[in-house]
Amino acid sequence: MKIAIASGKGGTGKTTLSTNLAALFAEKVQVVLADLDVEEPNSGLFIKGDIEREDIKYKMIPEWNESTCTLCGLCQKNCNFHAVIQLGSQILVFPELCHSCYACSELCPTDSLPMIKQRMGQLKQFRNKNMTFIESRLDIGQEQAVPLIGQTIEYIEKNFSSSTLKIFDSPPGTSCPVIEATKDADFVILVTEPTPFGLHDLTLAVETMKELEKRHGVVINRHGIGNNDVLEYCEENNIPVLAKIPNSRKVAELYSKGELVYTEIPEFKAELEKIETFILNFQKS
Amino acid sequence: MKIAFTTKGIEWNSDMDPRFGRTEYILVYDDEKEEFTSFDNRDIENEAHGAGPKTSQQLFEMSPQVLITGNGPGGNAATVLEKAGIKIFIGAGQMTVNEAYQAYKNNNLKEF
Amino acid sequence: MKEIVIISGKGGTGKTSITATLAVLAGKNAVIADCDVDAADMHLLLKPVVEKSENFFSGVIAKIDKDKCINCGICAGVCRFKAVPIVNGKYIINTLNCEGCGYCEKVCPVNAINMHEQDVGDWYISKTRIGNTLVHAKLGIAAENSGKLVAKVKNESKKIAERENKKYIIIDGSPGIGCPVVSSLSGANYVVLVTEPSLSGLHDLKRVHELVKKFNLKAGCIINKSDINLNVTNKIIQFLKDESIKHIASLPYDENFTKAMTVGETIVEYDHSELKDLLVECWEIVKQEVN
Repeated sequence: MKIAIASGKGGTGKTTLSTNLAALFAEKVQVVLADLDVEEPNSGLFIKGDIEREDIKYKMIPEWNESTCTLCGLCQKNCNFHAVIQLGSQILVFPELCHSCYACSELCPTDSLPMIKQRMGQLKQFRNKNMTFIESRLDIGQEQAVPLIGQTIEYIEKNFSSSTLKIFDSPPGTSCPVIEATKDADFVILVTEPTPFGLHDLTLAVETMKELEKRHGVVINRHGIGNNDVLEYCEENNIPVLAKIPNSRKVAELYSKGELVYTEIPEFKAELEKIETFILNFQKS
Repeated sequence: MKIAFTTKGIEWNSDMDPRFGRTEYILVYDDEKEEFTSFDNRDIENEAHGAGPKTSQQLFEMSPQVLITGNGPGGNAATVLEKAGIKIFIGAGQMTVNEAYQAYKNNNLKEF
Repeated sequence: MKEIVIISGKGGTGKTSITATLAVLAGKNAVIADCDVDAADMHLLLKPVVEKSENFFSGVIAKIDKDKCINCGICAGVCRFKAVPIVNGKYIINTLNCEGCGYCEKVCPVNAINMHEQDVGDWYISKTRIGNTLVHAKLGIAAENSGKLVAKVKNESKKIAERENKKYIIIDGSPGIGCPVVSSLSGANYVVLVTEPSLSGLHDLKRVHELVKKFNLKAGCIINKSDINLNVTNKIIQFLKDESIKHIASLPYDENFTKAMTVGETIVEYDHSELKDLLVECWEIVKQEVN
């Protein structure tokens, strides 16, 4: 069972929800929490545990072999991303621009650009009683999140049984990284705020989920501030609203310190329990 | 010596383009022959990513020893220019080509 | 003409609300550019009327000409992105998966594959309710912001600013530290960093400032919600000192930000108290710094 937590824009409370929900579940069952926001993984600030595993993650890039190269220039022409540049009598490779398509390498007439492993980031696995927390972090300077997200999901598939509850903290937005993080999920929870910005970004996220044919529901964060437009939108479009987390300065304060919220604020916990019930029912059906 | 400028035109009084990768023109002044060569780089608008390396490669083909620009190149472009041995001077983004040239001659530009 | 870019490494810091406020304060002296194309929300506060709209093409994806295709499957064999699945016995392109590398095009024995520019969205030139021009864009689903789109939005706003002799271009910058934000910063005269005093806020501020430093740009910082965590706020202030970044202002945690947004106004139009004065002062400081 895979639940992805996503939002149309950053800063809506996605990480707060993911970490608290996972911790609440872990009071009773085994749960895997994965931070797939690999450019800015923040869940780790809230979840403490013992490190169990550290894996380096790689992507494949070409490496120039000067001795066999005839400087024919085909590699530069074959790279649509300007990741291979011929500079006089040398070939330069820009790993951050490379999409690992293999075209330059396999189409090189003298095999002078063999593909080699290059580090792009790191996966860490922590354990705290019932909770396994997995965090992947892209190295500074690496620009492509999608391959690392894909490899992280693959790792989880391989190492945990399909019945284990998995919560994916997804990257924000509606572009490729979010799609990669949500496309295998059984259900997607979209976190939003009841404001015009929140509504606008939610509609984009909902359109994306429809395109992917993903079942989805909404959690309204900071409920009480703003207006009712998000609720009305969900009603009109038959999108279930799983919970309404009350607006509170105290949540922001706890978040700023890197602390879990639900243990301190009963109203917050009550809303989390609604989401928990919804997920359990969803799992049964 | 050949000095390259990132510019919005191809004359002494043209404005400099503060951008490197997405500069509109590359203008190269040969101070021995006292003549200009230029490259119209406006097609770069069509590149989604990797503008920096592409423009640096073009610059390399024009074989200047010095580049004068505005903010300076991004990481990838800086690598190419370093390999090519081109010295980079920045801070000329708001000047005309002539002003930028004088500022360079008077050592008023910062080396990148 | 001066380009002022507002960025924040992390979402939810109030960057767009602050940018829109500066846009209102600058009034007709400025052209506004929304380069935060992934979450382009500024139009919700500035309520622009679109005057010009154009499609935007970026990147390429493969397309198979069914009449020429002999279904040999070589394309599917070389594709590393699972973008050439076989459906009902025929190879097709999965446009969501296609990266646009063009490898399939190069190996097709009958030239049945061509790379096509992808229509990723629209960009607009609009008049805002306060009478200045806003250049903005809307991306299609799954379309990614790029340095190219940001450059387009910025170029158009620059052209207008030059033509109409405006003093400022105010740019809502892209998030993150990738190509779009590099393109947002390129050519800027001043950078306003918006942050909040949380552990992630400080971390992201440092990361994005690395870029600002690399481009040698003059920068100032607004600490929003500064009273949420005084401990982290002090750490941010120390960081600003160490890096010689101007500390423009510390704003309090104030729900009027959200309330103003809810009625489609900026904070200076909605709130007539201390917060308004603080933001007016912010703009005065930014103007001084940039000139």
